[in-house]
Amino acid sequence: MKRISIDPITRLEGHGKIEIFLNEEGEVANTYFQVPELRGFEQFCVGRAAEEMPRITQRICGVCPEAHHMASTKTLDALFHVDPPSAAKKLREMFYSAFYCADHTVHFYALGAPDFVVGPEAPAAERNILGVIHKVGVDIGKQVIACRHRNHHVIEMVGGRGVHPVAGLPGGWSKAITEEERQEIEAIAKENIDFALFSLKIFEDVVLGNQGYVDLILSDAYTHQVYYMGTVDENNHVNFYDGMIRVVDPEGKEFAKYHPSEYREHIAEHVESWSYLKFPYLKKIGWKGLVDGKDSGVYCATPLSRLNASDGMATPKAQEAFEKMYETLGSKKVNGRYQPVHHTLAAHWARLVELLYAAERMVELITDKEITDPNVRTPITEKPDEGVGCVEAPRGTLTHHYWSDDNGILTKVNLIVGTTNNNAPISMSVKSAAKGLIHKGTVVTEGLLNKVEMAFRSYDPCYACATHSLPGQMPLEVVIRDADGAVTETLRQNC
Amino acid sequence: MTEQFEPLIIGFTCNWCSYRAADLAGTSRKQYPPNIRLIRLMCSGRLSPEFVLKALQGGADGVMITGCHPGECHYLEQNFKALRRFALLKRVLAQMGIEPERVRLVWASAAEGVHLAQEITDMVEAVRALGPLDWAGVASNGSAHAIPAAEIVGEEVSA
Amino acid sequence: MSENGKPKFGMYWAASCGGCEIAVLNIGEHILDVDAVFDIALWPVAADFKYEDVRNYPDGYIDICLFNGAIRTSENEEIAHLLRKKSKVLVAFGSCAYEGCIPALSNFTSKEATFKAAYLDNPSTDNPDGVLPQTVTEVPEGELYLPEFYNTVKALSDVVEVDYTIPGCPPEPHQIWAVLQAVVAALTQGAELPPPGSIIGAGNVALCEECERVKSEKIIERFYRPYEITPDPEICLLEQGMICMGPATRSGCGALCPKVGMGCRGCYGPLEGVEDHGARMLTAIASVIDVGKPGESEDEINRKLEEVLDTIPDPAGTFYRFSMARSILKRAKVNGDGHKGGAQ
Repeated sequence: MKRISIDPITRLEGHGKIEIFLNEEGEVANTYFQVPELRGFEQFCVGRAAEEMPRITQRICGVCPEAHHMASTKTLDALFHVDPPSAAKKLREMFYSAFYCADHTVHFYALGAPDFVVGPEAPAAERNILGVIHKVGVDIGKQVIACRHRNHHVIEMVGGRGVHPVAGLPGGWSKAITEEERQEIEAIAKENIDFALFSLKIFEDVVLGNQGYVDLILSDAYTHQVYYMGTVDENNHVNFYDGMIRVVDPEGKEFAKYHPSEYREHIAEHVESWSYLKFPYLKKIGWKGLVDGKDSGVYCATPLSRLNASDGMATPKAQEAFEKMYETLGSKKVNGRYQPVHHTLAAHWARLVELLYAAERMVELITDKEITDPNVRTPITEKPDEGVGCVEAPRGTLTHHYWSDDNGILTKVNLIVGTTNNNAPISMSVKSAAKGLIHKGTVVTEGLLNKVEMAFRSYDPCYACATHSLPGQMPLEVVIRDADGAVTETLRQNC
Repeated sequence: MTEQFEPLIIGFTCNWCSYRAADLAGTSRKQYPPNIRLIRLMCSGRLSPEFVLKALQGGADGVMITGCHPGECHYLEQNFKALRRFALLKRVLAQMGIEPERVRLVWASAAEGVHLAQEITDMVEAVRALGPLDWAGVASNGSAHAIPAAEIVGEEVSA
Repeated sequence: MSENGKPKFGMYWAASCGGCEIAVLNIGEHILDVDAVFDIALWPVAADFKYEDVRNYPDGYIDICLFNGAIRTSENEEIAHLLRKKSKVLVAFGSCAYEGCIPALSNFTSKEATFKAAYLDNPSTDNPDGVLPQTVTEVPEGELYLPEFYNTVKALSDVVEVDYTIPGCPPEPHQIWAVLQAVVAALTQGAELPPPGSIIGAGNVALCEECERVKSEKIIERFYRPYEITPDPEICLLEQGMICMGPATRSGCGALCPKVGMGCRGCYGPLEGVEDHGARMLTAIASVIDVGKPGESEDEINRKLEEVLDTIPDPAGTFYRFSMARSILKRAKVNGDGHKGGAQ
């Protein structure tokens, strides 16, 4: 069989390769999304002191170290049976919101947007953040850079370092903030709201304003019906820092809602010999392979999933953006909830809705009366034994689980990381994109292969994190237009 | 006939007490096994942990450190430093999978030739029972597989 | 050089976390200056160049290549050799490439134990047939390949010759920019680069010199776990009984961790000429423990000493947190099932 390799995949975090096999007829027989990396945190963290874990596990990922740091810190709370003071929880969540503002910005502008702003089949040398800046202008580029800069500044101020923060402790946080720092952060948080609205506008103009892109988003090649997972607060609104895990089925009905510590009753992981990355699935449904549908245990945990699994956003502007997104994509309300959106590329939009929520939430927390309270530590009084800590990483629900001896030395570690949740749906998305794009006689250009890669990019994968496979052919016409609306390319298949 | 394993022990001996004890053992005809190779330091406090690590990494099956009794150090208190370093190093070595019998600290005054000779003899037998350390074997790695280059299909077409 | 005369820039990640990439992006607007001077030739996080593109470059095509990440798999090693060939200047960028960093903590255990923990004995994994990742898998359509997972993590200099090293986990952005400026000056104005083999983008003294905390005499009767005390914000952390690797660690980061009340863990690596970072830290800690006074019996001294050492959990994992791949012993001796050869 003929084989096409995409190696390595690019504009994501981590390592991966895609193998596409073509049969005699020139159609895609199968694709395999392989993750060739593994570092082994679950084993080498055994024997480490528990309180060092926030500073060790954050090196699972340097793009989202804050997520691991936070999940790990919360795991320590559970392990040591200690409840941090309210001010500490707010400080942590505020810090976490700043991180979301920086991280979602990076993904949209540097990783995802090049495909839309510069064009999916533009020359490879231009399909990157620098190409985006050349296209949209240095002023916008500087705004993106400024957003990251000011939020990493907050991360360093509150967490110690801009990359790999260190302040998480069981029972709290190592340092409180002063009123002076609070004022500086408040100004930054408000700028974030403006920037998030600005980013949504760019999405509207560049992506939604381009019929070719809209068709791409709505196309079957990039559509999957799976279960969706996210963390929700007591009002079933999206929350990144804490809450219950909620899973909805492809039709939008609540399938499960559980406390993070119960994850093993709901999730199991499947192993294939051709990838270092495992495939989580819903235990109660079972592993049926890389297939869609209500009878398959495959689930998804992305910004789109979080929105699908929730009843809405907890802050006003984000809620407005949420409703606009669901209405625009044709979602109907059933029993007061929007039906899930199954178009995986819509995750790029959902990500910006979340960016707006993170910014608004950051303002809420930084203006909270308690946020400068100097008491951010609860003393430890109990012996450690076992604990689970969970947050929403930008790329999906993140679970840390530690077991320790009496002295707080770890005896066992289990991690289910954001992108790991998405291993199965990513495989499936890549396969349907390849099947949709490559046929007998198709000239397989580098740009076409990039469109196959776009199928995973909307998931914003993070394979450093994670390490620790469709139905039929649909008629597809993709019309690519440039910024002036002129047609630059038309691709057709089956029509 | 199988050859008996002869351990190689490196002995870091301080100049003032324990080196003279080793000398005394010699002149007293108190035998001790030739498995130990002595390296003289001016003081046990001169011992950097790297000496022990390098000896083990370089092929030694064990390391002995000898010095003056606490309170009798020629330089007053530096053997206390040696003691603290040794105690902490032993814990680190245990985490590295090195058996505690392979590293030994012995206090011996210049008059204690017999005592030192006995300690050396005991240690050689203890390490013989453990077998060779062979650190070069521990630190070696598997060889890399050549990755077959996948067949690329589809040529570049200019836009 | 290149078709348009612009020097080529490459950045690659082996067994890494991506933090070095983010640190480079954190140079902020300076990224536009980098864009003005360089063309990107390889940077998987941000740009779409593939391995095949790199294989087709002429040798020495990439003027400067920042290689981060440790050597964990055969793919990491293969690309290290490839990039050495295709680069004029190859920089070991960050702690992983320099000395193994966090991935090298795996050298305390084994490949077998790692696979067991991830795929077999795992609490949430359902794998009744005991499937393990394989370097070659037969599927109906053909063969699929995965790189070999090495038993021991290596540093970049263990597999190729390295021109410069920038330490840090990750290197701090202001240091990265200083290095890039020096490189640009060398390329565009003929300025001299430091001698090959140098550590660049960092200081030459111990971290304590950068740290603003007040230091007096170090007489430590016991150590405290970070959650056991709330340290005084002005005084040296080590003096308060919190483990801090500052005395044995190279400056350059600005002593950021002690600023927020957390001890340094040594991510900027050892000082000049030091062969084994962990040994330096071990000896620094041992030297300041206040145990053993003349007059006390040997038994008493030993007992007190063991008591103090009991307050340091996981000394090897702390002192060698970042430097296992560059240490003298390089790894722990473990049995096949991952258990240590000696007593714990």
